[in-house]
Amino acid sequence: MAKNTAASRRRKTIWINVSFQSAAFVLALLLTTVMLLAVGAPPFQAYRSILVGAFGSVGDIFDTLIAWAPLLLTTMGVLITFSAGLWNIGIEGQVTLGAIFTTWILRLLQESGLPPWLIIVLGILAGIVGGALWASLAGVLKTFGGVNEIFGGLGLNFVATALTLWLIFGPWKRPGTGSMSGTLPFPEELWLPAIPGFRLSPWALVLSFIAVVVVYFLLRGTHFGLRLKAVGKNMRAAYLLGVPTWQHMLASFLLCGVFAGLAGALQVTAVYHRLIPSISSNYGFTGLLVAMLVNFHALWAVPVALFFAALNIGSVHLPIVLKLDSSLSGVLQGLLVLLVLMVEGARQRLMSRKIIPAEPASGEEVQS
Amino acid sequence: MRNTLFRFALLALVSVMLLTACGQATAVPTEAVVEPETTEPEVVEPEATEPPEAEEFVFGMLMVGPYNDHGWSQAHYDAGLYVEENLPGARMIYVDKVNPADRPGTTPAQLAEDLVAQGAQLVIFNSDDMKDSATEFAQANPDVYVIMASGDQVWADGNAYIPMDNMVNIMGRMEYGKMIAGCAAALTTQTGQIGYLGPLINDETRRLAASAYLGAEYCWTEYLGNDPADLVFKVTWIGFWFNIPGVTADPTQVADDFFNTGFDVVISGIDTTEALTEAVRLRDAGQEVWAIPYDYEGACEGADSVCLGVPYFNWGPAYLETIMAARDGTYASNFQWNAPDWADINNPDTSAVGFLSGPALGGEAAGLLDQFIAELAGGLNLWTGPINLQDGAPYLADGEVATDLQVWYLPQLLEGMEGQSVSE
Repeated sequence: MAKNTAASRRRKTIWINVSFQSAAFVLALLLTTVMLLAVGAPPFQAYRSILVGAFGSVGDIFDTLIAWAPLLLTTMGVLITFSAGLWNIGIEGQVTLGAIFTTWILRLLQESGLPPWLIIVLGILAGIVGGALWASLAGVLKTFGGVNEIFGGLGLNFVATALTLWLIFGPWKRPGTGSMSGTLPFPEELWLPAIPGFRLSPWALVLSFIAVVVVYFLLRGTHFGLRLKAVGKNMRAAYLLGVPTWQHMLASFLLCGVFAGLAGALQVTAVYHRLIPSISSNYGFTGLLVAMLVNFHALWAVPVALFFAALNIGSVHLPIVLKLDSSLSGVLQGLLVLLVLMVEGARQRLMSRKIIPAEPASGEEVQS
Repeated sequence: MRNTLFRFALLALVSVMLLTACGQATAVPTEAVVEPETTEPEVVEPEATEPPEAEEFVFGMLMVGPYNDHGWSQAHYDAGLYVEENLPGARMIYVDKVNPADRPGTTPAQLAEDLVAQGAQLVIFNSDDMKDSATEFAQANPDVYVIMASGDQVWADGNAYIPMDNMVNIMGRMEYGKMIAGCAAALTTQTGQIGYLGPLINDETRRLAASAYLGAEYCWTEYLGNDPADLVFKVTWIGFWFNIPGVTADPTQVADDFFNTGFDVVISGIDTTEALTEAVRLRDAGQEVWAIPYDYEGACEGADSVCLGVPYFNWGPAYLETIMAARDGTYASNFQWNAPDWADINNPDTSAVGFLSGPALGGEAAGLLDQFIAELAGGLNLWTGPINLQDGAPYLADGEVATDLQVWYLPQLLEGMEGQSVSE
């Protein structure tokens, strides 16, 4: 009987959560629509244009998936640090370092005579190592230096960007001159294989899906995930209960860096095929937004990241078709995150007043 | 409680930062959204559904920055409008902010294909960033005409030659604009110290800074009768085309350092107007300083008290000619490095490069500057030896005139210039 009541209460809470999140989404859409109407732009044509731009043809769908894969990876990364109660803002730099390490290995080995597939694998592994090392720097600053991870991460992001520019215009510059185009593109055999006739590499998708599965089970089904959440919820209590807190924090940084570095490696091997100045493409920051929206649920990141990727790719059609500024997608993304956070705050406030049966946001996962 | 407050403050900071990142990724949404262009009813493009008076020719344009940036991108956008006005049936479609930060996961080649899917028969790539993509796109789409502005891929004599029948490279000879800017600076400076606010170091930026120096040195010695040794010309590179906090040198700070260490004229080589803004601020505080912006015809607006003039690109005529050739079937791959129209360098229909004198240029200096422009028009070539490179190595022997290749691929700054020559 008690079990049934608990299950029913849990179902009710889930529905309430979904209702609140949906309300935030509708509100964001409404506000964007009002904004479009205020400037005399046709909102439905604009939304249609984004939709067609993202899913209008096989090529468009594949382009959306190209953006989706690294976004999923960065989201998975920050979900791990979020679980440990850490704001890993430095993920942008970790993506960048992943790309730098991959580029370094590909440059080093491209004339080595090794089989291309091996060079690609080594390059991707190097990217993972690069991302993890850079993340561990932020972790060490946090755990041993007492530097808040937000400020440490921000500083490391700047260093990573400066390092990229220095490499592109310095030691790795093209023959004769440095170029904003980046380093010299790698020969085609060092590109991650793509679907014939398209740019999408199925390998990038496969690796991203593996990441989702790994993070899902890591956070839901392992002691490590449970302890990570314990550290995130209440570090002192976790410590008193015997959880080695700093080790878990550092490990969460490292794991996040692994996924970020992989994203960077894919940017080099599957998308740009060279190192470019903005190689991270802001996927780290966008991943943070997605992670905030999905509230620890790795599986929910799949559709939400797809939605964000579709907005980015589809919004390209706004200036082409409607002469509208493509900033609209950014406005919509920003509003969405802001409203979801606000609505979540309102929901928690209501719960604390016992108007709605209380249950921690991520409680179901902690229990499992 | 303190902990809660701290967490709240951090959350607020992070939210603001992320939203700013979002905004950055999509560049100034509020300003962009209220732009009159976006509110005009032509967003539904009625003309596209009406029977065209002339045969329609759609051309696409990829711009690296916002189309209304009052700089490099807007100069191209305006040129597109110029083509629309002057070629019956021509219609421009465009994507702006084409860079990986603003358009994650996309490449210029991919966006060019989007433009083609919307009917573009010719695509303009407008930035050095897009060089590889332009090549990739042109090779993959031999039926689509391509203009790569500022590139040198189809320059048969160039270092990066790749034959492509469907590509034209177009660049203006801004070297002349910079020479005129350098001359204006030399004719105005009271301290004999001119600062050059450089972006990043590459062949293009090096030769433009060197051109400004050559113009300054010529006017300093020939018109003012001064000793060249008394002219200080210093280049400070910020590391990028615009300020990236924490990454590049802050151009405001660099301009400020120039002005506060005796340099009373700063020539800008970057895409944004920090030198001009800083000069206005110091002028309002009573300091006698001047500045020269870059790229866009209207850049002096709002800085009457300090602006000596602006060297600018006028892409319209070359775009018109190439697009017309594409439409008429006479298109042929070629490399264009277009000089100003010396009959009138500010003629919007004929001159690829112009210089608009600013309100702060003194009467006497303005007269001498006109004289300098007339000399250039008469054949004066400042790329004539003897000229040494910055490290003292001979660049041009006495009387030797630099070839286009020597100018385009200038390996160092010139002797007499202070500042870094190559990235290290």
